[in-house]
Amino acid sequence: MNLTLKIWRQKNANDKGGLVDYKVTDVSPDMSFLEMLDVLNEDLINKNEEPVAFDHDCREGICGMCSLYINGEAHGPDRGITTCQLHMRMFKDGDTIYIEPFRAAAFPVIKDLVVDRSAFDRIQHAGGFISVNTSGNTIDANAIPVNKHDADKAFDAATCIGCGACVASCKNSSAMLFVSAKVSQFALLPQGKIEATDRVLNMVKQMDEEGFGNCTNTGACEVECPKGISLENIARMNREYLKASLKG
Amino acid sequence: MALDSKIPEGPIADKWTNYKNNINLVNPANKRNIDVIVVGTGLAGGSAAATLAELGYNVKAFCFQDSPRRAHSIAAQGGINAAKNYQGDGDSVYRLFYDTVKGGDYRSREANVYRLAEVSANIIDQCVAQGVPFAREYGGYLDNRSFGGVLVSRTFYAAGQTGQQLLLGAYSAMNRQIGRGKIKMYNRHEMLDVVVVDGKARGIITRNLITGEIERHSAHAVVLGTGGYGNVFFLSTNAMGSNVTAAWKAHKRGAYFANPCYTQIHPTCIPVSGEHQSKLTLMSESLRNDGRIWVPKHKKDVEAIRNKTLKPKDIKEEDRDYYLERRYPAFGNLVPRDVASRAAKERCDAGYGVNATGEAVFLDFASAIERYGKEQATVRHLDINDAALVKKLGQEVVKNKYGNLFQMYEKIVDQNPYETPMMIYPAVHYTMGGIWVDYNLMTTVPGLYAIGEANFSDHGANRLGASALMQGLADGYFVLPYTIGDYLAADIRTGKIPTDTPEFDEAEKNVRDQINHLINNNGKYSVDHFHKKLGKIMWNKVGMARNVKGLTEAIQEIKELRAEFWKDVKVPGTNEEFNEELAKAGRVADFLELGELFAKDALHREESCGGHFREDAVEESGEQKGEAKRDDENFAYVAAWEYKGEPSEAVLHKEQLEFKDIELKQRSYK
Amino acid sequence: MSGILNSSIGRKFAMALSAFFLMIFLLQHFAINSLSVFSADAFNEVSHFMGTNWLIQFVMQPILMFGVVFHFVMGFVLEIRNRKARHISYAKNNGAANSTWMSRNMIYSGLFILIFLIIHFLDFWFPEINTKYIQGDMSGLLADGEGYRYFEELQHKFEPVWRVALYCVGFVFLALHLLHGFNSAFQSVGANNKYTKGLKGFGKAYAILIPLGFIVIALVHHFNH
Repeated sequence: MNLTLKIWRQKNANDKGGLVDYKVTDVSPDMSFLEMLDVLNEDLINKNEEPVAFDHDCREGICGMCSLYINGEAHGPDRGITTCQLHMRMFKDGDTIYIEPFRAAAFPVIKDLVVDRSAFDRIQHAGGFISVNTSGNTIDANAIPVNKHDADKAFDAATCIGCGACVASCKNSSAMLFVSAKVSQFALLPQGKIEATDRVLNMVKQMDEEGFGNCTNTGACEVECPKGISLENIARMNREYLKASLKG
Repeated sequence: MALDSKIPEGPIADKWTNYKNNINLVNPANKRNIDVIVVGTGLAGGSAAATLAELGYNVKAFCFQDSPRRAHSIAAQGGINAAKNYQGDGDSVYRLFYDTVKGGDYRSREANVYRLAEVSANIIDQCVAQGVPFAREYGGYLDNRSFGGVLVSRTFYAAGQTGQQLLLGAYSAMNRQIGRGKIKMYNRHEMLDVVVVDGKARGIITRNLITGEIERHSAHAVVLGTGGYGNVFFLSTNAMGSNVTAAWKAHKRGAYFANPCYTQIHPTCIPVSGEHQSKLTLMSESLRNDGRIWVPKHKKDVEAIRNKTLKPKDIKEEDRDYYLERRYPAFGNLVPRDVASRAAKERCDAGYGVNATGEAVFLDFASAIERYGKEQATVRHLDINDAALVKKLGQEVVKNKYGNLFQMYEKIVDQNPYETPMMIYPAVHYTMGGIWVDYNLMTTVPGLYAIGEANFSDHGANRLGASALMQGLADGYFVLPYTIGDYLAADIRTGKIPTDTPEFDEAEKNVRDQINHLINNNGKYSVDHFHKKLGKIMWNKVGMARNVKGLTEAIQEIKELRAEFWKDVKVPGTNEEFNEELAKAGRVADFLELGELFAKDALHREESCGGHFREDAVEESGEQKGEAKRDDENFAYVAAWEYKGEPSEAVLHKEQLEFKDIELKQRSYK
Repeated sequence: MSGILNSSIGRKFAMALSAFFLMIFLLQHFAINSLSVFSADAFNEVSHFMGTNWLIQFVMQPILMFGVVFHFVMGFVLEIRNRKARHISYAKNNGAANSTWMSRNMIYSGLFILIFLIIHFLDFWFPEINTKYIQGDMSGLLADGEGYRYFEELQHKFEPVWRVALYCVGFVFLALHLLHGFNSAFQSVGANNKYTKGLKGFGKAYAILIPLGFIVIALVHHFNH
């Protein structure tokens, strides 16, 4: 199939940037979206033009590096996948496809479609951990049984890949789904409960300082999340936060 | 230089304990004055960085991704082994040790493997304490599953995302130290050279991938946790950015490279769909717990399937060839990876491949779905003869166990694996070879360490499933933090290492020269053009089955391709910007050298062992006819190569492997 | 506890609390209004009580005022902050793919409700305050002294078509606002559990039936006059 691409090009963080049109031909429906961009880049290089910069790494939907806003949706029109798992069979011959970077004030553009998501890292530095030394001198792994239901929920929250689709999709650029996933994972496990108060206060404080917007419960994040992280986590974080605030 | 593996004296079960009791320690006050560089933030690098920082060292950690959490360990699916024996099925440290040595086809170092098995149980304790949400049973206790090449259930898992969960655990431990200021994290930085001062590794040169800035970083020791080099094949299950550059630069600075030809070809990957393919996707080995691998018995059925006139599920049971169950009745579908891969290739080469290119076999869940369905029907007191109900119940069970993998498969291939068998084919997955290290995990360059997949040490010629995660975390959490102290104890009075020395000047100039060459070359072809060509040579001639002719040709072809690359590669843009092509060019330049050494190593090893299969080394007769033939008399050694300018001139050093605690014998899974 | 209103979650929580308060008030308002359809006398009695009871006038009324103002001001503050969280908007954004129109446009439905409220105040509240506290007539009686004035005034107000139409539109926006707002408030205070599904249905019913009820009341008075 043949497609028209409208791709955001921006030389660096200070450049204004804008959409540029490209044509790609002979796209196979079995290609992944990123492979289609590989073909475009190969073409651009051969024509002595600058290839389009985009983030990607594992190309199997788990590293969370790829971050494209395709036709108005984070990771494109398909559900439960990252951009690297989006296949061209989702599009039709002759389609025009808008490709933009994940946009948020807290995710400044580095170049073209590459954005800086280090704000997520800084939120994790503030409390995304259980304070246990890695000496191995802990208790036996089976010493504390964990209710399977809780363990499964903790796992579901922990599957977040930190891609930022939630922020990109949210009309408020809120990072609450991301932060709540980490808060929930630990809040649900006995090992994490001890530090729960400080954790949620510190992480939310950092989240606010990074300049993310506020959650207005539109639910867009949950729909666009490649790992289906549930809004329940945000509710849980709200509870944890209120509890922690009352404790002081 | 003679290789000294520094294996401690004493009985194997006591070596590590005795060693730990007798090494030099650095007192806490002095640790504050010592800097350690850790390159790579996967399971090995991440866990090492966190632990070293906890101990009190000043750690600088580097990764080329935009966050440490994205290292490719994240993609490991199936699980992590540990000799916990929670299932009471006879597991023990010794058995894990034995299985690993045997699975590695007796080409690993006994002492290292024993230590690995010994600390394995601690890893699980540690990870649970960190909040890693492993799968649990209804009683609240940890669940296990079984993996290829073993007869016990010792694999801990978190659905099909175990690597992710473990990496996020290590990342969280790092975060705690980054928050405390004990780790200084450098994201989007690529290491481009090691700096050796007075014979010791004292720093690295990096490129900031955003600004192009070339930076000097000094430390008292440098640790490489930079992963494997499977991307030398272009198509592999590695991440796009996975590369050999850090390891190769270390090699060029004096670190010997061991057993480069030991590559694991994973049997269950999604087959190649076309020329545009950029990478391959793994389907966890855990699927072989429940999936049965087969091809049609008759060529006419193969034809019909390729023409899509026949559906796989319409082929009758007696017309199917469950070749693994046929050839290896004891282990069946759970034979080790190298064996399963070769068997698939054998069937496909014989013309029984089931997709358009003839390079795929079926992985079928129909009987597992039926078995689980009946089990569920019985448990719930429903009618086990109601086929539709049984199927539905069975699918639910399978979905619970492998849901994410099935979904991934469906997204890529556009077929529903609950209804029709998956198509799979082997693909490059893991490299057992790597930088040679001694028992301390130190390379032949003092002060330079290699951990995780980047080193060669624990898996011999073939790695068992769920052992990579175990090794990465063992090295990073529990081994390196001890052994590095022994070395650093001598450095407490050294003070900060200056970066304005001739050694740093020289290394930086080296890096700049290469970058300038690449940028100004203005050749005809893109970097990928060369990478794909290299990959084809590697896959066709240094792939799953190797012979003298192919390897000799490959060496020559890679050499020519390398010359062509330097003459004709085209890198757009400049150094002073985010330039993915430039980063790729540097990596491919190193793959082009490694590839040749790889083929040279494969050529010199005239035996078949583990992932290295030589067509001229097979059993000629008897029960094992056609199986790989190892040559313990002549090749029971580690081949460690010393860099001498050109890969072809690399000098071979042998570390003879001694097997005192395990009897050397043919690996039989029959 | 101090500074909780400076945090994102604290603001969200405050927003939800004021919303709960307003939703309860709305229910009460509706209950009294609906009396007017069934019995003019009952409506008059209750209206007079509400209009002259000191607890309601001097305690509840200020709280209500505060709640309304707080909800609006906080809504605007959050909207401004949220807009600042994205400097460049998408060239193409397909919000409909992942969220409802109502959830994405709370600020607009809210603004319309604000306009409606101003008119509503001009229609009812200001005249009432004028009569009671400026003119000093606390009797609640018609000018001729024959019975209470409340029902008469109400019917009179809904005579002009334009006002009825405006009220109807106002209630439609209220419904849209509630369709997202009702359940959103529960989510904000952290209530998301096994009851959520049922609550969602209840929320939808509330969001549609209450404003619809107000519309019916307005129409009844318009046509019965």
